[in-house]
Order: sequence, then structure tokens, then C-alpha cells
Amino acid sequence: MSEPLLRIRGLRKQYGERLVLRSIDLDVAEHQVVCLIGGSGSGKSTLLRCVDLLDTVDDGTIHLGGTELTDPRLDDHAARRRIGIVFQAYNLFPHLSVVDNITLAPRKVHKVPRKQAEEYAKELLARLGLSDKAKDYPDRLSGGQQQRAAIARALATEPEVLLFDEITSALDPELVGEVLDVVADLKQRGLTILMATHEMGFARHAADRVCFLEDGVIREQGTAEQVLTDPQHESTRRFLARVLDR
Amino acid sequence: MDVSIEDSGGESGEGGDDGAHMEYRPSAGQQERERFRRSRKRRDQWIAALCTLGFVVVVVVGVVASPGWDRVHSLFLDHSEFTRTFPAILRGFWLNVQMFLIAEVLILVLGLLLAVVRVTRAPGLLPLRLAATLYVDVFRGVPTLLLVFLVGFGLPALQLQGTPTQPWVLGVIALVLSYTAYVAEVFRAGLNSVHPAQRNAARALGLNETQTLRHVILPQAVRTVVPPLLNDFIALQKDTALVAVLGPLEALRVAQINADYDFNYTPYLGAALLFIAITIPMTRYADRLQRKVAQRTWAEAGR
Repeated sequence: MSEPLLRIRGLRKQYGERLVLRSIDLDVAEHQVVCLIGGSGSGKSTLLRCVDLLDTVDDGTIHLGGTELTDPRLDDHAARRRIGIVFQAYNLFPHLSVVDNITLAPRKVHKVPRKQAEEYAKELLARLGLSDKAKDYPDRLSGGQQQRAAIARALATEPEVLLFDEITSALDPELVGEVLDVVADLKQRGLTILMATHEMGFARHAADRVCFLEDGVIREQGTAEQVLTDPQHESTRRFLARVLDR
Repeated sequence: MDVSIEDSGGESGEGGDDGAHMEYRPSAGQQERERFRRSRKRRDQWIAALCTLGFVVVVVVGVVASPGWDRVHSLFLDHSEFTRTFPAILRGFWLNVQMFLIAEVLILVLGLLLAVVRVTRAPGLLPLRLAATLYVDVFRGVPTLLLVFLVGFGLPALQLQGTPTQPWVLGVIALVLSYTAYVAEVFRAGLNSVHPAQRNAARALGLNETQTLRHVILPQAVRTVVPPLLNDFIALQKDTALVAVLGPLEALRVAQINADYDFNYTPYLGAALLFIAITIPMTRYADRLQRKVAQRTWAEAGR
């Protein structure tokens, strides 16, 4: 296997007394979809926030391509431009229309002319089935539409890696499918995705690799088949029994 | 019961949707409920009207029956005095309005600047941040009237070149100094009220601090602070009368001159009416905006 696009070694993060990530080692190769699973509080979201430099790590390294993201001398704004993140609560900008939400970063950060940025935004919206919502404000959209708009916003800067932080957890059950379909489409297009998720069915058929987090470490990782169907670790079995039993 | 069952689709096969809606008539039970609600509402309106009337009668009788009423009536409610002095007071009030408008623009700009300075984190701006904090602490603490005296008499005494000497300009400067401190705090509260997730979302897209502030935080903050700002401006509108102590012929000063002339205080009432005529619509408007912002916040929180 060639050099992974994202390489995490010995990552440690604590908030005050609470140790959230003890020591995380994780590789994500280009064009791979890696799913992080685990109970709430197991550190999935923290891991993603550390990768996007929204939190400073307490030890360990994160490399994206040849760049060490954890180097404090790094221009963090420049580094974040190479990474796209979508949050559980969408976090669209409520004062901007959908198309302005999407074109803000390309226009202001990447200095793309407005016309060109809007054309690309329209293309993205068409792909995500939101063509008729371009001029609407986020509060006029359903949860699923807002989350797809948030994905379009993250895609607009053409990041090298996408981070999805439980992007379906805030959605009504009947809206989960439309968002997961988008993720599956992105996988088809060869994007590199690291996502925290509770959707085991989705992980099973879309993930190249599944990692089970517990107590701040990756207890078990492997193909979706291995981890979800034939888990080796006792705690993975317990976790899966709990979530699949519902 | 029968009606509701028919309405919920029993007929839609034959008559179409429109037909089903046209034929809906409230059931006997529902009609009885609505009759009861209407009569209850009429009764409430009667109670409200009678209570208000009784209250007004008590107040009016109490005031008119008071031992000093005749004297008050002739001193404060003199019709001929009112018509004689009101035009002059109205002309004076135009100066209040001008002072208010000029001060308001300056206060908005300076207040926003101060607030932005106070929320920045760039190390090079520390002296500015300290100065802004000191300014807000000092000028929020000094009574506005005292500031009007200090600026009105102190600034010309310095005899610096280019210092304005017109009393109304000095008065505006004092008002701006005082109110900028308040308005800066309102803006700062607005900036801090934008959810941290918004800042994270902007940073995650690669926006730097300045871009985040300008395109994401500021527009949202301004929407929230409009109602409290209006409240401050209602107070400012009233406080333009404080400039009277420096002598320019604004409404209160004109009223004062007329009252001193013949010891009839009706001109003060005229001035008061003018201030109320401006502040009451502003208050109502501020209330309406506040309700709208609250509704939006609840809607967003309720999701």
C-alpha cells in the first residue's frame, strides 16, 4: 500500500482531567472511506476536531500528505482549506442563502470570482438534489436538505479529505437515507472520507474500513465485514449487540 | 363525529377534495363550544372596559379633588400660555432632533469599532484593547449630566486650536462620549451571543479571524442587537435635553426661558409632549422588533 493520505500516530487529547483520546493510530488512504464507530463519549468527534485543528492535540502527530498538521508553526488557516468537515448540527450560516453559504469560502478564501464560484455551487447543488433551494435561507429547509447543503459547502473548496461528524444523528429517521445516499455517491467519485457514524448498516456496505473506538483507543479495526460481522474483541461484540439490538 | 369521518376522506372519491372541504360544517358540539367562547369573550371585554373606566374616574377625581388642583391647573395647564409658547418650543425641538441624529450616527460607528477592538485577539492590538476597556469603564460610570458639564465648560477652557465652541456641538460630543460606551457593550454582547459553532464552521472552511468576523459573526450579531440598540437611542433622544444646561435654544431651554418669564410652567408640558411624541412610536417599534428576534431565536432553538 502506498503512503496514506492521512496518518495519525499516538494522538492524545484531554479536556481538563478527562482523557478523551489516549493514543490513536490511524491511517486513511486516498479514495478510502473509513468509519469510526463507538459509544457516545468514546472520542470519535474529538478525533475529527483534532484532525481539522479545531482543537489542539496534547500529544502525537497528524500528517496530511507531506504536511504535519500538528506543527504549531503551520499556517492553520491554510491547512484547514485542504480539509472539509460537516457537523452533526449542520451549522449553516443562517444569514446567508444556500448558494452564499456554499460560495463564501471559495470567494473569500480562495479568491474565486463570484460567477465561477456560483456556477460550481449550482453544479454541486444539482448533484445533491438541491437545485431549487439555491436562493432559500437555511431555516426554510428540512434537516436532510440542510445537511446536504452543508456537505455542498464542504465540497465547494475541493478538499483533499472530508470529515463527517455523525452527520445523520440530528435527522429524522426518514431523512437519514437521502444524506447517506450522498455519501455513497461521494465514495463512488473517489473522495477520501473519515466519518464518525452510528449507522451500522451504512458502514457495512460503504466503509472500506471500520474502526471501533473505546476508552480513547482504537480497540479493533478492519474491513466492515470483519469488524461488524465477526468482531474479535469482547467490547466490540458488546457494543454491536447493544446498537444492533434496538 | 359523523362529520369528521366524512371529512377525512369518505367523500374524496366522489366529490374530489374541494367538494369535501366545501361541505364541512362544524358539528353541533363544536358550534356549542364556539357559542360559549364568544359569550365568554364578550363578558371579558365588558369587565376590562368597566375596570378601566373605574380606574380613570378614581385617578381623575383624586387629582382634581386635591387641595392644590386649582393652582396646578393654572400653572401647568394654561391654554393661552401653551398656544403662545408652543411654536418656539417646537423650533427648539428641531435642534434636539438634529443633535439626536448626528449623535446617533457617530455613536453607532464608534460603538461598533470599540466592540470589535475588544473582541479581537491579535497580540499587537493589546494596547487598543486596554484603552477600549478603560474607556468603557470610565464613561459608563460618569453620569451623563456631569459629562455635559465637563465637556461643555472644560473643552473650550483648554483653548486648543480647532476646538468647537458652539454649545450644542459640545453637548453632542458629551452625549457621544457617554452613549458610545453603552452601545459598545451592546455590540460586544451581540458579538458574543453568536453560537461558537458558527465560528468553528467558518474556521473549518479556512476563513481567517477577520473574514470570520466580517462575514459570519458580525452580520448575525447586528440582527440580535437592533432592539436593545433602539432602547438606548430612545434614552439618547430624551437625554438631548441635558444639553439645555449649556444654553443652546433646544426645547427644554426654550421652555425654561418662557417659564421663567411669567412663572407659568405650561411650556414644560409642551416640551414633554414633544419628547413623548417621538419616544412612544420608537418604543413600540423596539418592542415589535424584540418580539420578532425572540420568535426567531425560539424557532432556531426549538429545532
